[in-house]
Amino acid sequence: MLSIKNIHATIEGKQILNGIDLDIKPGEVHAIMGPNGSGKSTLALVLAGRDGYEVTQGSATFSGKNLLEMPPEDRAREGLFLAFQYPVEIPGVSTTNFIKTAVNEKRKYRGEEPLDAVAFLKRLKEKMALVNIDQSLLSRSVNEGFSGGEKKRNEIFQMAMLEPKLAILDETDSGLDIDALRIVAKGVNQLRHKDRAILIITHYQRLLDYLTPDFVHVLYNGRIVRSGGKELALELEEKGYDFIKDELGLTADLQAE
Amino acid sequence: MKEELNTLEQTVSSDYKYGFVTDIDTDIVPKGINETVIRLISAKKNEPGWMLDWRLKAYTQWQKMEEPKWPNVTYPPINYQDIIYYAAPKQKEQLKGLDELDPELRRTFEKLGISLDEQKRLSGVAVDVVMDSVSVATSFKKQLSEIGVIFCSMSEAIQQHPDLVKKYMGSVVPMTDNYFAALNAAVFTDGSFCYIPKGVRCPMELSTYFRINTENSGQFERTLIIAEDDSYVSYLEGCTAPMRDENQLHAAVVELVALNKAEIKYSTVQNWYPGDKEGHGGIYNFVTKRGICLGERSKISWTQVETGSAITWKYPSVILKGDYSIGEFYSVALTNNHQQADTGTKMIHLGKNTKSRIVAKGISAGYSNNSYRGLVRASKWATNARNYSQCDSLLLGDKCGANTFPYIEVKNTTAIVEHEATTSKIGEDQLFYCRQRGIDTETAVALIVNGFAKEVMNQLPMEFAVEAQKLLAISLEGSVG
Ligand SMILES: Nc1ncnc2c1ncn2[C@@H]1O[C@H](COP(=O)(O)OP(=O)(O)O)[C@@H](O)[C@H]1O
Ligand SMILES: [Mg+2]
Repeated sequence: MLSIKNIHATIEGKQILNGIDLDIKPGEVHAIMGPNGSGKSTLALVLAGRDGYEVTQGSATFSGKNLLEMPPEDRAREGLFLAFQYPVEIPGVSTTNFIKTAVNEKRKYRGEEPLDAVAFLKRLKEKMALVNIDQSLLSRSVNEGFSGGEKKRNEIFQMAMLEPKLAILDETDSGLDIDALRIVAKGVNQLRHKDRAILIITHYQRLLDYLTPDFVHVLYNGRIVRSGGKELALELEEKGYDFIKDELGLTADLQAE
Repeated sequence: MKEELNTLEQTVSSDYKYGFVTDIDTDIVPKGINETVIRLISAKKNEPGWMLDWRLKAYTQWQKMEEPKWPNVTYPPINYQDIIYYAAPKQKEQLKGLDELDPELRRTFEKLGISLDEQKRLSGVAVDVVMDSVSVATSFKKQLSEIGVIFCSMSEAIQQHPDLVKKYMGSVVPMTDNYFAALNAAVFTDGSFCYIPKGVRCPMELSTYFRINTENSGQFERTLIIAEDDSYVSYLEGCTAPMRDENQLHAAVVELVALNKAEIKYSTVQNWYPGDKEGHGGIYNFVTKRGICLGERSKISWTQVETGSAITWKYPSVILKGDYSIGEFYSVALTNNHQQADTGTKMIHLGKNTKSRIVAKGISAGYSNNSYRGLVRASKWATNARNYSQCDSLLLGDKCGANTFPYIEVKNTTAIVEHEATTSKIGEDQLFYCRQRGIDTETAVALIVNGFAKEVMNQLPMEFAVEAQKLLAISLEGSVG
């Protein structure tokens, strides 16, 4: 579904990603872990097509199409969803209206008729239950004045409404208390589907207690330095990121000899 | 950050759709202003002596006055001797009906989306069309007159209803009110006149469409609306002008009079030529609009959607004289490229238990500058006066500016005045967020802008709300990414 090969990327001329390879198949849940500043969000934004994040080398295909050639809106319409680490506030636009526009733009892209009010409302109600989101939140402007937890829940709610093929969750767990974390994890778990892949980006093991990944990758200095099963996350939790650094340091030394 | 500037910098790509010129024989008075010109205008309109005297008095006053310098706008000095004060499309002296209208004029207004054909016309809207200095046609006059509603050009009102004109003209905006009002009083050429008799609820929207056509001309129209006891009228004005490199002056005066329990709803969709991307040309829109709630429990409501003009300077105001009267001002002012707007309102509370509400939304893009200026005054007699003001600014990009100048003068301790203001910005982050959800930039901007302006748009008559919404989107087309 998503195949990334040797991606290098820069921001304002500064090299951030140094050759990333990643293969994600439908139904799989991958986790990318890594210390702050290692390039996790950069990878997510490169995949989503954020302006200013320049891919200098490598390729990425998504459902057989060249991802990097598509404008961000088409990537979204093709089924790529990013739950932002820092969701943006949009004053004056109600959350419902925003989501409705998004859903219908995607349908238009696929040559489908817009959802009528009844069908839309039905889906809205259904998905609201999934993430325990309150009706009153949806009539408010997108993310405006939402608490940290509400913003994150709203991201997962949008994911539920848009039914993506690939969802990238960038630190969806950060800033959540344990109850909110459970709710969000429960929501995401219910969205697991054989045709849908999920890429969880996280700093901590916490979320992975509730959302078991099939694969774990460690990102360090813009490179995936280790990949493994879910036990890798536990190892990281136990030993901290320093152990990776040490390991890498050692490798580097060995190579130097 | 650099990327952000680049995408936000790309300004309007869409063309102003109404920028064409109509090729029609025009009767023009030589450039410049002096007593002879004023006498000539008055003579051309075959005016009674009292009208000419009024004009000459205004002209004398105007010469003693100075152009206001306090608005937050800049423009080179205007040469008042370089303006044509009277330009009228030549046509038959007296039209018997709309069928006799010059086909070229008919085509012009059809191109502007204004059908003068009563059958084809939006049902329920009567229209008066003013081209340059004169009213060229008014529809549904006959049907309206059957219920006692007078809807005609100001020139005709001066001839046919001199008592009403004498009584009310200048009663709300005195000729010496300000520099541009005095200029208008001296040289005004036409405009619309509406009179709603006692107890009549006007069954259709009344509207005037203003069009500037002649080069180097100015447009100086006067509109007067009188709503007698227990009457209601909803009135709408629209306007466009050709694209030219030179600036053209539009200095209008609008006066509204609401008697006991009368209600006047006045809506404007202002789309004068705004000038090009570099800021060349465009209309100077220097307008004085004021209504008086003369009677008890009367109501005047101004709604304006301002997207055009190089410079807008206008403060539609309400004098709340009658006890329990209500004044409202709903405004969306959008500026793009190098446009400048200094607009707002004045709510003058004189009567007891008077209420006013101000909702002003400013949208700035490009290099434009958008200021809200408002005055709320509660006099010492205005027991229990209430005002609520909400002023919001939305910025697109970071080369534009927004300012709020709220003035509050309260002389009665029981009066309550509330003011709220917000400023927000459409940034690259918001646009990317939308795009990540499958909403392209243009749709995203329209979504945000319409959301921002919704409260005001909801006040417009239904037939025009959709049009106005499109206008907002078009005016911003290409202003981002
Ligand atoms: N807009 C930006 N301009 C310049 N440098 C940036 C920008 N965004 C991120 N970076 C840098 O890129 C590196 C990776 O950041 P990021 O991808 O956010 O890391 P993570 O999400 O793993 O914490 C950091 O060194 C950060 O300082
Ligand atoms: Mg991050």
